[in-house]
Amino acid sequence: MLKVENLTVVRNEKDIVKDVSFNVGYGEIHLLLGVNGSGKTTLAQAIMGIYPCRGKIIFEGEDITALPIHERARRGITLAFQEPARFEGLLVKDYLMLSAKDKRMGRLEEVIKMVGLPKSILFQEVGENLSGGERKRVELASVILMEPKLAILDEPDSGIDMLSFRLISEVIRKMKDMGTSVMLITHSEDMINIADRATILCSGKVIATGEREEIKKLFRYSPCPLRR
Amino acid sequence: MEELIKREYETLVKYYESSGGNSKALISKDYASMVINGDRVLAKNSTEGIIIDARRIENGVHAVIRIKKEYKAKNPVHLCFGMLPKEGRQYIKTEIFAEEDSEVRFIAHCIFPNAVSIEHVMDAEVHVGKNAKVEYEEVHYHGKSGGVKVVPRTRAIVDENGEYNSSFVVKSGRAGMVDIKYEVRLGENAKSMLVTKIYAREDDYVKADESIYLEGEYSSGVIKTRMALRDRARSEVIGKTVGIGAYSRGHVDCTEIIMDEAEAMASPVVMAKNPKAKVTHEAAIGSVDKKQLLTLLSRGLSEEEAIDIIVSGLLK
Repeated sequence: MLKVENLTVVRNEKDIVKDVSFNVGYGEIHLLLGVNGSGKTTLAQAIMGIYPCRGKIIFEGEDITALPIHERARRGITLAFQEPARFEGLLVKDYLMLSAKDKRMGRLEEVIKMVGLPKSILFQEVGENLSGGERKRVELASVILMEPKLAILDEPDSGIDMLSFRLISEVIRKMKDMGTSVMLITHSEDMINIADRATILCSGKVIATGEREEIKKLFRYSPCPLRR
Repeated sequence: MEELIKREYETLVKYYESSGGNSKALISKDYASMVINGDRVLAKNSTEGIIIDARRIENGVHAVIRIKKEYKAKNPVHLCFGMLPKEGRQYIKTEIFAEEDSEVRFIAHCIFPNAVSIEHVMDAEVHVGKNAKVEYEEVHYHGKSGGVKVVPRTRAIVDENGEYNSSFVVKSGRAGMVDIKYEVRLGENAKSMLVTKIYAREDDYVKADESIYLEGEYSSGVIKTRMALRDRARSEVIGKTVGIGAYSRGHVDCTEIIMDEAEAMASPVVMAKNPKAKVTHEAAIGSVDKKQLLTLLSRGLSEEEAIDIIVSGLLK
């Protein structure tokens, strides 16, 4: 589904992502693992089109490297930021409607329940009134309702308690069941058990990509051998 | 003459409706209302607890609205002020007296659909009695040419436990030139919230100068300004709260989005004359928030669509 070939991202005259290649298959949960500062978020945002890059991004056989963000989204890729934006004056239901394929209120309620939130939140603003955890879940709901082919989730497990962690893991599995491939960005190996495959990024380079168990062992042994 | 008034009335009501007003309320006897075109009072209706007196004066219209003691209005008072010609000046002197323990909400629409060169001066005195509450919502439609100069002036005095809230909104069409000056003085435990929301385009110029004097103990006030400016529009926002009474609380909150070659200036002024008062402020001016924009783009919205969503949320 997604092929990243020799991708390099330069920011402020510094190579943040260096000659990176890896694949994400159809219906796959792919974990992008790396310690803080390894270039994971930059790589994810480059795939979404937020940063310009050298190399190639192929999505469903099409070279999308030069496409703007919204065109990539219309082809079925989306990204949930680690710290989602707040929107003054926009109700949760209206925010969800913006991306929802199925815009029926019943479907919105179903997805809101799936991410562990009460229906009443649909009538609240996507503003500062929501807690960090609630905002993250609303973002997850927005991604689910979009029914993307590939969802890039940047650290959905950061800043949440154990209960929420279990729920989010379950939601990600459901997304896979609904036919969405998921690329999970994380610095912790806790989420590896829900992944099919994984890639380790270290100092902007891919040091390993492959099956879950193999990557798990490698990451435990040495999460970033290039960093001294 | 009567035929002319009828035609003007019907035309104004049509615009009133298209700008979001409830035209049925203007003809219902259950609603206090008033319709003014230029310097002519086309219609007015008083109700049991709300007395409206309006007459032509040398340079415009003088209206006095009295809300009787303890009267709590179930229906809002509908006001429609407008000018149908392309050019001219409208001066409206309004006095509102909300007597003790009364409660009222005004919905005012100011409409200048054909404006090429029009000046609208609104000079209001508001007196909110003890335990009374007044809400004044003002929506403007200035047409598409930008040839309107709007000069709203309000001086409000709010007695003990009273409340005065107002909002001034220009979202569609051009803003033209807007020069707002509001001053609210609060008594003991009185409250006020002043909200201004304006979308300025092309060479529109907006000045909003609003002050709340927290004179009474435990009084509280908020000045909230939201503006979006594009093209070559300019704005100057002054929000001032003065903490005078002990335990009074005031806050100034201004957010402006600027695009293209627009310019904005915000001056939140906080002053305390009592060590037990507390006044705070926040002001932010900048382009459309990058993360908001990127989020909406990554959901498949175009840049134009995303900016519209962000701006309409800010002005909601």
